[in-house]
Amino acid sequence: MSFFKPSKWKVLKKLIFKEINDLIIESLPIVVILSFFIGAVVSIQTALNLSSPFLSKSLIGFATRQSVILEFAPTFMSIIMAGKVGSYITSSIGTMRVTEQIDALEVMGINPLNYLVFPKIIALLFYPFVITIAMFIAIFGGYTAMSFAGVPSEAFITGIQMDFDSFHIFYAYIKTFLFAFILATVPSYHGFYMKGGALEVGKASTSSFVWTSIIIIIVNFVVTQLLLS
Amino acid sequence: MIEIKNLDKSFDGNIILNNISTKFIQGKTNLIIGQSGSGKTILLKCLLGLHIPENGEIIYDGVSNKKMTDSQKTLLRREMGMVFQGSALFDSMTVLENVMFPLKMLTQKDEDEIIEKAENAIKRVELENAQQKLPSELSGGMQKRVAIARAIVMNPKYLFCDEPNSGLDPKTAIIIDNLIQEITKEYNITTIINSHDMNSVMEIGEKIIFLVNGEKNWEGTNKDIFSTENQSITDFVYSSELLKKVKKYL
Repeated sequence: MSFFKPSKWKVLKKLIFKEINDLIIESLPIVVILSFFIGAVVSIQTALNLSSPFLSKSLIGFATRQSVILEFAPTFMSIIMAGKVGSYITSSIGTMRVTEQIDALEVMGINPLNYLVFPKIIALLFYPFVITIAMFIAIFGGYTAMSFAGVPSEAFITGIQMDFDSFHIFYAYIKTFLFAFILATVPSYHGFYMKGGALEVGKASTSSFVWTSIIIIIVNFVVTQLLLS
Repeated sequence: MIEIKNLDKSFDGNIILNNISTKFIQGKTNLIIGQSGSGKTILLKCLLGLHIPENGEIIYDGVSNKKMTDSQKTLLRREMGMVFQGSALFDSMTVLENVMFPLKMLTQKDEDEIIEKAENAIKRVELENAQQKLPSELSGGMQKRVAIARAIVMNPKYLFCDEPNSGLDPKTAIIIDNLIQEITKEYNITTIINSHDMNSVMEIGEKIIFLVNGEKNWEGTNKDIFSTENQSITDFVYSSELLKKVKKYL
C-alpha cells in the first residue's frame, strides 16, 4: 500500500491539528511534572556526591545541565512518551482495526496509512518543543531543589553556564527528531497490522511500548557513538 | 451487474474459494449463504477488491477487474458502498459526520451540498433525530442504519453487506432487511449480502448462492428453496427443529 497517496488536504489539515493537540499539547502536563522533579533529584544526588570542600558548588549546576540536555530530556522523556503517546497511538489505531474502521476506509478508496499515520508523523515534528520545555523545567527543578538545600543560586547559575558546548544541543535535537519519528511509526505499525480482538489491542499496546523503548535505546547508543565518541 | 468467472482464492496453500462462477443481478438482493468458514467473507472481500483472486475474473458491468488500471480500480471503489458486520462507524464522529465523511474525502462538493446530501441519506434511514449523536449513543439497529446511510450517500452502483443483521433482535433484523431491499429497488443497485440468517434468506433472497467448503453448491431464489432436491441446502436451511416442523406443514 502506498503511503504517499494523499488524502484531501483540507481534511488532513484538521487531522494534523487534532494530532498536535492529542500528542503534543496534552503531553505537556506530565512532561512538566516529571521534568521538574527529576531535575530536582538529579541536582540533589549530584550535590550528595560532591561533598568534598575542594569541589566547587557550581559543578552541581554543570552536572544537572549536562545530564538533562544530553540524556534526561531527549532519551528518558522519549521512553516515558513511548508509554503515553505510543500506547495511545497503538490502541487508537488497533481499535479501528478490530472494529473494521480501517477496512471501511479501504473500501471507500481512502488510503488508511496516509489518513491515520501521516498526520501523527507531522504532529510529532513538534516533539522537540516538548523536549525543550522538559530541558528548561528540569534545570529549573534542580535550581529550586538547590535553593531549598542552601546552595547559593549564583553558584548553580554559574554551573549552568560553565563550559557550554552548543554541539550538545545539536546532538540532543538530532536524537529528539529521530525519537519523534520512532514514536510516530513503531506504535502505528503495531496498531495498524494487529490481528484479533479487544484483548489483542492491549497486547499490541504493551509490545508497542516495549519495542519503541528498545529501538529508542539502541538508536540513542548509535547516535551517541557517532556524534560524541 | 457483477459476474464472476472461475474464481479461485487460497491462503498459504489452503483453498478457500474453488472455481466459483455466478452472476449478481442489478436491482435485486443477492445473498451469499453458507456455514461459517465456507468462504462467504473472502468472496465478498474479493468482490470489494480487498483480496486479489489467484484465478478467474470479476466483471463489473462489463468491465473485467483484470483489464482495469489502478485509477479505474480507485474509481470503482467509489461506486461501492459497504455495510460491515459491526457497522464500522468512526467512533469520534457524530452520525452526520460519519455520513458526510465519504463525500468530504472523495468529492469536490461544497460544505452546504455535502450536508444536504448527508441529511437526505440520514432521512432515508429515518434517523433525523439522531444526527448529532455519537455511535456509542446508538442501539445496534440504529448503528446499522447509519452504516447503510453512509454506504448509500455516494449513490453507489454496488452495495455490499456483511451479516447486516447479526446481533440484532428479529424485529429489527427484518426492518434492516426490508430497508436494504427497498434501497436496492429505489436506487437500482446491485446488492450482495453475506448472511446465514434464515429469515433474511426467506424474506429478501431474490438470488441466492450457497457455498460449501469454498465451492458453489447451489444457486436459485428463495422460492426455489422450497422445491429443491439439493440435500445440502435443505439441511442448511432447515437445520433447526422448529424449521423442520414448519417444513412439514408447507
